[in-house]
Amino acid sequence: MKIREMQKVLDAQFLYGEELADLDVEFVFSADMMSDVLAYCGQCSVLITGLCNPQVVRTAEMLDICCIIFVRGKMPDENMLALARGKSIVLLATEHFMFTTCGILYENGLRGGA
Amino acid sequence: MSDELTFNYTIDGDDFTRAGEASSAVKNKLKMLGVDSDAIRKVAIAMYEGEINMVIHADGGAITVTVSDEEITMILADRGPGIPDVEKAMQEGFSTAREEVRSLGFGAGMGLPNMKRYTDEMKIDTVIGEGTTITMKVHL
Repeated sequence: MKIREMQKVLDAQFLYGEELADLDVEFVFSADMMSDVLAYCGQCSVLITGLCNPQVVRTAEMLDICCIIFVRGKMPDENMLALARGKSIVLLATEHFMFTTCGILYENGLRGGA
Repeated sequence: MSDELTFNYTIDGDDFTRAGEASSAVKNKLKMLGVDSDAIRKVAIAMYEGEINMVIHADGGAITVTVSDEEITMILADRGPGIPDVEKAMQEGFSTAREEVRSLGFGAGMGLPNMKRYTDEMKIDTVIGEGTTITMKVHL
């Protein structure tokens, strides 16, 4: 599934990286604890989270995650946007809750784990 | 690469938002050196966990990374309170982190186990009241 398709089905907003919207993604991880993401994310390339601080972008960077989806309308600050720009990590924001976000992506063929 | 390369970093213990800058820098350097991507990923995750721990528990410290043909060695040294029970600290889920740290997404008791999981060798030297030095190696 392309990032652009994820953005559409989630009715999400591009906060950074619309030019990278044609990247293909397959596996997704969702968590608010970055410790869990670092432990269990495997080869996932998308992170869904309700946590909103610079360490979310740093964690994604360490794991080669190419897209972060912020749920519940969370909005990253300019510091986070700058970090994401520097690492070419796409940032999306959706009003959906975590469970709904995961459900929509699962219904559209994405899977967890790797 | 025939000679060893060494990189040194000072970790600021006051600013949680900057934690991870050293790990990010090392990841970039290893990419430029053409190191295998799986090894880079292991080093980045293990060092990042260690760097976060240094900020959370020890008010910062120093990290030295050495790259040779055979392995990447990370030495993380702090002058924090030390680890009273290393065996317990290595158990997944055991944490002494403050609630404030948990609200930032860390302190779930996964740091040290993750560092062990992603490295080929790990040694913890700790003295209560003096500090902790963690040596990790990823083989190439």
